[in-house]
Order: sequence, then structure tokens, then C-alpha cells
Amino acid sequence: MSHLTMPHLIPTSIQPYVLPVLWGVVIVAVLPLLAGYIVLLERKVMADMQARLGPMRVGPHGLLQPIADAVKLLLKEDIIPHDADRLMFWVAPLISVTMALLAYAAMPFGPAFQIADLNVGLLFILAISSLGIYGIVLGGWASNSHYSLLGALRSAAQLVSYETAAGLGLVSALLLAGSLSMREIVQAQYDQGEWFVFSVPIGFFIYLVGSIAETNRAPFDLPEAESELVAGYMTEYSGFRWSLYFLAEYANMIIVAGIATTLFLGGWLRPFPRFNDRLPGTSVEILDALPSLVFLGVAAYCFWLAPKQPVKIQKLVMGLVGGLCVALAAALAGSLFAPDAVRLGVHGGFWFMAKVMAYLYAFLWIRFTFPRYRFDQLMRLGWRFLIPLALVNLIAVAVALVVSQEWGWHPRVTTILATLATLSVAVWLASSDEKHETAIRTADGE
Amino acid sequence: MADTRNNGGTWSGASNVETTVLGADEIILNMGPQHPSTHGVLRVKLKLDGERVVDSECIIGYLHRGVEKIAEHRSYQQFAPYVDRMDYVAAVSNGLGYCEAVEKLLGAEAPPRARVVRTILTELQRIASHLLWLGTHALDIGALTPVFYCFREREEILKIFEKYCGARLTTHAFRIGGLQYETYDGFEADVKRFCEDFATKIDEYETLLTENRIWVGRTKGVGKLSAEDAIALGVTGPVLRASGVKWDIRKAMPYAAYDQYEFEIPTRPTGDTYDRYVVRMEEMRQSRRICLQAVENIPSGPIMAKVGKVLKPPPGEVYHAIEAPKGELGYYIVSDGTTQPYRLRVRPPSFINLQAFDRMARGSLVADVVAIIGTIDIVLGEVDR
Repeated sequence: MSHLTMPHLIPTSIQPYVLPVLWGVVIVAVLPLLAGYIVLLERKVMADMQARLGPMRVGPHGLLQPIADAVKLLLKEDIIPHDADRLMFWVAPLISVTMALLAYAAMPFGPAFQIADLNVGLLFILAISSLGIYGIVLGGWASNSHYSLLGALRSAAQLVSYETAAGLGLVSALLLAGSLSMREIVQAQYDQGEWFVFSVPIGFFIYLVGSIAETNRAPFDLPEAESELVAGYMTEYSGFRWSLYFLAEYANMIIVAGIATTLFLGGWLRPFPRFNDRLPGTSVEILDALPSLVFLGVAAYCFWLAPKQPVKIQKLVMGLVGGLCVALAAALAGSLFAPDAVRLGVHGGFWFMAKVMAYLYAFLWIRFTFPRYRFDQLMRLGWRFLIPLALVNLIAVAVALVVSQEWGWHPRVTTILATLATLSVAVWLASSDEKHETAIRTADGE
Repeated sequence: MADTRNNGGTWSGASNVETTVLGADEIILNMGPQHPSTHGVLRVKLKLDGERVVDSECIIGYLHRGVEKIAEHRSYQQFAPYVDRMDYVAAVSNGLGYCEAVEKLLGAEAPPRARVVRTILTELQRIASHLLWLGTHALDIGALTPVFYCFREREEILKIFEKYCGARLTTHAFRIGGLQYETYDGFEADVKRFCEDFATKIDEYETLLTENRIWVGRTKGVGKLSAEDAIALGVTGPVLRASGVKWDIRKAMPYAAYDQYEFEIPTRPTGDTYDRYVVRMEEMRQSRRICLQAVENIPSGPIMAKVGKVLKPPPGEVYHAIEAPKGELGYYIVSDGTTQPYRLRVRPPSFINLQAFDRMARGSLVADVVAIIGTIDIVLGEVDR
């Protein structure tokens, strides 16, 4: 990567810092835009699931909506409630957004794009992103409003319960990887020849549920439950401060998606990373052509749709989007013939972002399908189901590892046995929980 | 405390919730009148211990427009559009109740054709009202999607109303003595098409909610109301039927053309939020059934009885009630023999059902309060009048 830093222009004493700072600036600059477009994506996906169109007014197909929203938020009056604790009210959103952004320092967006490859990378990300809760709790308390206070209380309790479960879910993958470095975790999945989601599916499931709860997304969006607490801890916030909370929420979503991608979905590895057949006569691996083909498909779809658009400008933009896809396909294809570092960087980045987006799509899908949990039900699900299940899963995976190392059983056999054992425990836990719930209900009735 | 309150103990003006001493862990949470899920301008004062409701009080009147007083200064026909503004999501039902009450006062009767058309429109209105309830109720509990599906089907009903009388929401569809408008060409086909499509649509809503673990968890055992309590509080409509009381004015005291059609009165035993959900879903199916039967055979003939241009009912009083989507909607009219009512009193189902709120909400959580407000299915225009 050093060829990017132009060594002869920069004093050697600051050289090691140049690239990380550059990456940092890139993340801080790009992330708000990315978050804005994830919001647009969310609204479009929601609209599609709800038989409507979603934003259509600002720009063709609402493509400029995030810009308009951002401008609106920036221009809004800055309101601090009269009885609020001004300093805390001011600091709280900053804490949230700073911690969310700081976590990106150790997040690898592909083999070439990572600010710092810490040997405790995962631990760092988890620690930093859970500090963000201070922003929520302080904001809820400083607002001096009952809704905010209740939202903050819920958020604190929820984070404590689900961070535990999610963390235990992660540990099951860590056992397989044997490292906390994000880079080595991905490498371990390459070496073992399969993504950890297939080895420890229950760990992945627990992390999925836990991560939804951690990021306060539906059906665990109790801290900001609109229909109950108006907006929860954000009730008294408006304008730019509010948008900081918003940014923090979406940044955290990308973080948890990134963690899940790295630990369970193979990070920047493409599907079948060890299937190395090459196109005849070249050094290009067949499967590396997949991203280009996907973009070409999207481009073809855009070109097919373009003449059907009602307005001229929409035809134009549709064509442009198609052209953009062709360009991306060309870039992805071109990088195949570039030096290895560039090829890995571009394709790794593509696969990583694709998996992050798929994970986020699952978030959205779940959000629009399920009603919201009630607070006590949420706690019961966390403490009576997820945490015991995560512990059992952890033990089962550990036993499976020992068995395959000591007795030489095939790892696939042992992990499948471990999964089956954990599944039966899950069924038992669910049924006992059901009984418990009916008991409560009948006790209430009497 | 609850008992005196339910007898009107709070009308002294002092608020019970405020005057009781707060414990160390208790806070007062003021929900509404501006709150996303108090369905308009209901204000609920909650005394909370953590998130548990220790005490509650509904404060109403933010939408009071003096509808009953207005009636005393309008002729009988002039007042008819005003009733649409009470339960504005079921305007057709309001109109039916009012027109039939005045007809009863006059001793007149709408011709058979008018009665059947009234029945069809009122049942469509019941479906529309229940759809609105379902969507918003699910939204309150956190399911974002059903509301759009519900509005999609409600739109079809509103289109039928629009084609029939030009208005979608506050329709003023009926006149005292019958109907002003004949049905439009294709009315029967439209109703039939809607009813046929609607059967699968209800199933679609049920796939989203009925068996959903979270939905069941959020509604089962929440806001329980026993049959005795329901009767003592004067609760009517689906809320009463979900408590196991088989009472429906369409069967008990048939009006319009309900005596000609076959339909069931769905009831459920426990009277919790889930049961009220099931009852309303089943009611939509029954309404669809009534519409299908009625539209098959609309009698021909006049649509308006001979009631004269100026209505001067003989002195006397009358009470007439119908089964509106939300419960018993009654009109009590006192006539002094002039063209204007001497006194008109409305028995709004929402207002009386809302009395059960405290009974249902006490001991539940804040999240349940929202579910309970939704399950009572109130419209503040009708509560406050």
C-alpha cells in the first residue's frame, strides 16, 4: 500500500500516520452519506413490502431525498429544553456518534481498507461501540422528560442483557478462529474452507438477534418505541443533535453488520474462496467474474426500464444508473488483471459491502414484519432463552473442537452434532418458556 | 377508588391521579393529547411505578364541538351532516342511526330498497372502520406493515362511497325517509367484486398477526375485562362480545334490513386484547357475508318515503340505537313539535367503552396502555362530540 503515500514528499517521521488518517477522514466523510442512503434504501424496501412507492419527489425515484433531509436537519432551529441539563444535553449525542465512528478504526472493509489491524480488534470494536450507550442514557437523563428517561432506562437494561448474549454468540465463532484480530478471523475461515455461519449457525442466530437488540432496531426498538414513548431518549432532541443520534444508530448498524460479516460470513472472502479453477488461457479465477456479471445484470435491467419511465429526466437518470453499473462492472473486471493487491482490495471490498448490505436487508425485513416486544418479554427472551442458549452453544462448540482435535473426528461431523445438541436445548428452552408464560397468564386471570 | 370513579367520581374537577400522594418510585406520565398513539386527542394521566401503571385517568374534551347543542338550533335535515363528524371513520353508520331515529319519531319508514342499500353501505362502513382499527392497532403494537394493507382495502370501500354519493369520509349518504341518490350503474358489481377479493385479504392480515408469537405475547392476557365488568360499565360492541356476552343490536333489535340476512355474532371467552382482535376479524368476515347476501337481491321500488319537505315530528321522545362498528350508537331525541329538536342526546359507543380503560390498564405496563387504547377502538370525535 505504501506506493499510495508518495514517500518522497512526506517526512519519514509522520509517514506511518498518513494512511490511517486518510482512511479516517474518508470514513468520517463518507459514512454520513452512506447512512443517508441506507435510510433511503430502508424506506424504499419498506415501501416495496407495503405496496407503495416510498420517496419519489426529490430527484428521480427519490434519489436526492437523503440530501434534502440532511439540509433540512442542518437548517432546523437548535432547541435545548429550558429545564434540561445543558452540558449533558449537548455532550450526549456527541458521545454516541463519536463512539460509533471510533469503532470503525478496527473494522476491515476488505483486505486493503483497514485503519488499524489490532490484535484485539474485535474486543476493541465491541468495547467502543458499547460505550455509545452513555450517549443514550445521558441524553435521556439530561432531557428532563419522562419519555426520555423511560427510553434511556429501557436502553440501558436492553444493552446489558443483549450484549451478553451477542457476545457469547460471537465467542463460539472465536473458538473456531482462535484469534481476536479481524484479519486473522477471516484468514481462519479461508484456511478452514468454510464460513463460520455454517459451522456455528446457532451462534450466528444469537448474534443476529442480539445485534438487532443492541442497535435498538425493531422488534427490539423499545428505547425509541414511537407509539409508546413518542421517540424515547430522542424525544427532546431536534435538528442537528437529533441527526447525530440518527447517524450513530446507522453507523452502529453497519458496525454490527460488519462484525457479523467478518466473524460468520467470511468477511471479504467470496463464496467458495478455495474453488480456484481459472478461465482457460488466463490467470483469472472463474468466480471472480461474478461481481461484474451481477452489475451487468443490474445495468441491463436499468436499460430495459429506461424507455418505460414517464418523464424525460427519469429516462436519463435510469440510463445513467445503468451506465454507472456498466462502469462498475468494468472496474471490477479490470481489477482482475491488475496487481494482486489492487485485485484483492477491490474485490474484497465488494464482497464485504455486499454481505453487510445483505445483513442490513435482513434487519429491515425483520423490522417490517414483526410487532414490537414488550419490555418484560424482551428481558425474558434475553435472560431465559438467548443467554442460556448461547452458553450451551458455547460449551457444545468447545466440546466439538476438543473431540475433533483429540479423537480426530472430522470437524464437520462434530460441529453438526454440536448444533443438533444445541437445537434440542433450544426447543426445550422455548417450550419451558411457553409453559412459564401460560402459568403467568393464568395466574393473572385468577 | 375505581368504583366511584367509574360512576363519574372525577367530574368534580379534581383529578384523582394528581391528588394522590406519589410514592418514592412513582412518577406521573402525561400521555397525550399530543401523542402518536392516543388516536387523536385523548389525554391519559398515568401514575407509574417503573413502567407499571399504578393508576390512570382519561381526560377528554379536547375535541368538544357541542354537537348536541348545535342540534337544537338546526332543523332535522340540517343536522344530519353533523352526525358524520362524530365517528368520522364510520360516518355512514352515524347517519343511519340518526335517520332511523328521526324516522321513528316521525312514524315513517324507509322503503325496502332504501333499507337494503343502507344495510350494504353500513356493513361496508363497518369493514372500513375495522380495517382502520386493525391497521392502527397493529401500528401501535409495532407492526408497521398491516396498516398499509388495511388502507389498500379501505380505499376500495371509500371508492364505492365516493361513486355512490360523491364523498369518501363524511358521506352524508342517507336522508331522513330513505335515500337521496339511486345506486349508480355497477354498484352491485363493485360491492360483489370487493367482497370476493376481501376474503383472501383478511387471511393475508391474519398470516401477519394471528399466529405471530410476538403479537400473541403482546395481546393475550392484556387489558382483560370480565363479562360482569363489561356489563356494569355499559360497554358494548366488539369489546363486550370479546368478553363472552352475545349481544348485538343487529340481532337483538333488528333495524334496516338485518332481519333478512344470515350472520353469526362472534364471541370469545376471556375478554383480553387478543380476543377483541379475533372478534373484530371475524366480524369483518360476517359483514362481508351480509353484503354478499344483500347485494344479490336488492328489491326495486322507490328509495324515499313520503316525509314532506319540512319535518315537524309530533311532540314526544324517542330512543333508537344501532350496532355501529364500535358498539351501541344511540340517539335520544325530544321533539316539541317544531322543526328543530328540543334536545338531542347521543349515546356514543367510544365514550362509554372508554370508561373501561382504567379497569383494563391498571397493573399493566406502559406498552400495554397503548395496546389497550387501541383495542377499545375509540374515535375522539365521538367521545368528545
